[in-house]
Amino acid sequence: MNWPAILAIYRYEMARTYRTLAQSVISPVISTSLYFVVFGAAIGSRIDSVEGVAYGAFIVPGLIMLTVITQGISNASFAIYFPKFIGTIYELLSAPVSFLEIVIGYVGAAATKSLLIGLIILGTATFFVEVQILHPVAMLVFLVLTCVSFSLFGFIIGIWAQNFEQLQLVPLLIITPLVFLGGSFYSISMLPPFWQTVTLFNPVVYLISGFRWSFYGTADVGIGLSLAMIALFLGLCLGATWWIFRTGWRIKS
Amino acid sequence: MDSIISVRDLAKVYDNGFAALSGARLEIEEGEILALLGPNGAGKTTLISIICGLVTPTDGQVTVGGHDVVQDWRRARSLIGLVPQEVALEPFEKVINTVRFSRGLFGRPADPARIEQVLRQLSLWEKRNEKIMSLSGGMKRRVLIAKALAHDPQILFLDEPTAGVDVELRKEMWEVVRGLQDAGVTILLTTHYIEEAEAMADRVAVINGGRILLVEEKAALMRRMGKRQMRIELGTPVDRLPESLAAYGLERADDGAALVYTYDTAADRTGITRLLNDIQAAGLVLHDVQTRQSSLEEIFVDLVKEAS
Repeated sequence: MNWPAILAIYRYEMARTYRTLAQSVISPVISTSLYFVVFGAAIGSRIDSVEGVAYGAFIVPGLIMLTVITQGISNASFAIYFPKFIGTIYELLSAPVSFLEIVIGYVGAAATKSLLIGLIILGTATFFVEVQILHPVAMLVFLVLTCVSFSLFGFIIGIWAQNFEQLQLVPLLIITPLVFLGGSFYSISMLPPFWQTVTLFNPVVYLISGFRWSFYGTADVGIGLSLAMIALFLGLCLGATWWIFRTGWRIKS
Repeated sequence: MDSIISVRDLAKVYDNGFAALSGARLEIEEGEILALLGPNGAGKTTLISIICGLVTPTDGQVTVGGHDVVQDWRRARSLIGLVPQEVALEPFEKVINTVRFSRGLFGRPADPARIEQVLRQLSLWEKRNEKIMSLSGGMKRRVLIAKALAHDPQILFLDEPTAGVDVELRKEMWEVVRGLQDAGVTILLTTHYIEEAEAMADRVAVINGGRILLVEEKAALMRRMGKRQMRIELGTPVDRLPESLAAYGLERADDGAALVYTYDTAADRTGITRLLNDIQAAGLVLHDVQTRQSSLEEIFVDLVKEAS
């Protein structure tokens, strides 16, 4: 393994975060705070508790998931798309670096960033609502797995995208609806039976449900199923990445 | 000298069916500057891209320092520094950071002293903390070279290094490249400026239609392929050539004010003495005599024309 190369990519990407601190860290924190103000304080004060948890606190795990999923995707997809766009990818391809090392560097950095943002939002939430974490280890496991999986997914989008529009397409048209309809702001038991069934086809439901269980001990679906789903998603992304690099799809002619 | 890069029967057919290379062969010797010349679309960049790992060959083999570029890619690539044709740099990054990044990418431990040395060598040290977007075009090209040199490669590929660079800077870059050669770096240079190849190269390879047409020492090539011309300016112009000079194949120039004689330097006898005597005997008055040798550019154009 070319560890100095992995470290070089990782540091370079993390340096980009510090350089664009306002965009990378402050803006997700502000937008999440707005959710707390609107849904937690303004509307939430008129909603009864959900499954025994105050509504403001109930949405915390969903909001963290919403942010780490979108951040993981956008960070990783941009990180690999940008070198393709400006042509600096020549350097990665001509260096003695394997594709695995490239993925570890980029996805590692994107996952670290989204993990940090997730933790910052968790910290921010404690200013607005009373948060309790019943299973802190499980919470971290869920958070890390989600950050890694969706950063990997973002990396695949970045490789696939051939222009900026495509880069935004999947996050806007697929991910945002899935996350919003994945139970970030409600328990799926609040839906009519038909929509409950439909919702079960949304993979994000399992992530949010499992993550919320690690906070409050209540879940829409079984915790084992949640873990299995995220493992499956991670596996699919790893498989797709492996295939991309084996064939050089959209990177090498 | 030993070959440091060996290209054997290399072929590349792109997905769209374009055959960029077909059976290219080339040996690059350690420590030399080899200029790879060819018209647009001849296969220069594809050849370099395959050696560096940017493009996968369809057929054939390339070894760098004895390492196969496909099987043993890690060792092969770590010997090479690539300066690409396009100026591809992250605009918001500082000069020194991007050069450090390149060194790390090649698996070399951080070495601030070496980075400083490279930046100073390319007159970039004063600009080290500036963002790349604030640099001039010539400076950006130097950053590309600095990045390529950051990991101390044994071989440097310069793909059109001075395209769009002003004359002064171009000459400066030639100095840098010569300095690298003195330090033992083998250099492969592709260029459109044949003047550049003429000034820099030890050997010249001509590529066209995906094949290497010839590889030869520059001086020998110019001797072999080069023609010399003698231009004889006359005291009074002539309307037509005297009969006695018909055998020399002279051309009238400037409305008969000058005669041009083309001869072969490699031949035993150039015929110059006889010609000058015959001119005098024909009653023409010599005003001035100049000789010139055809440039590498003319040789190159002839070669490519011949091959197609």
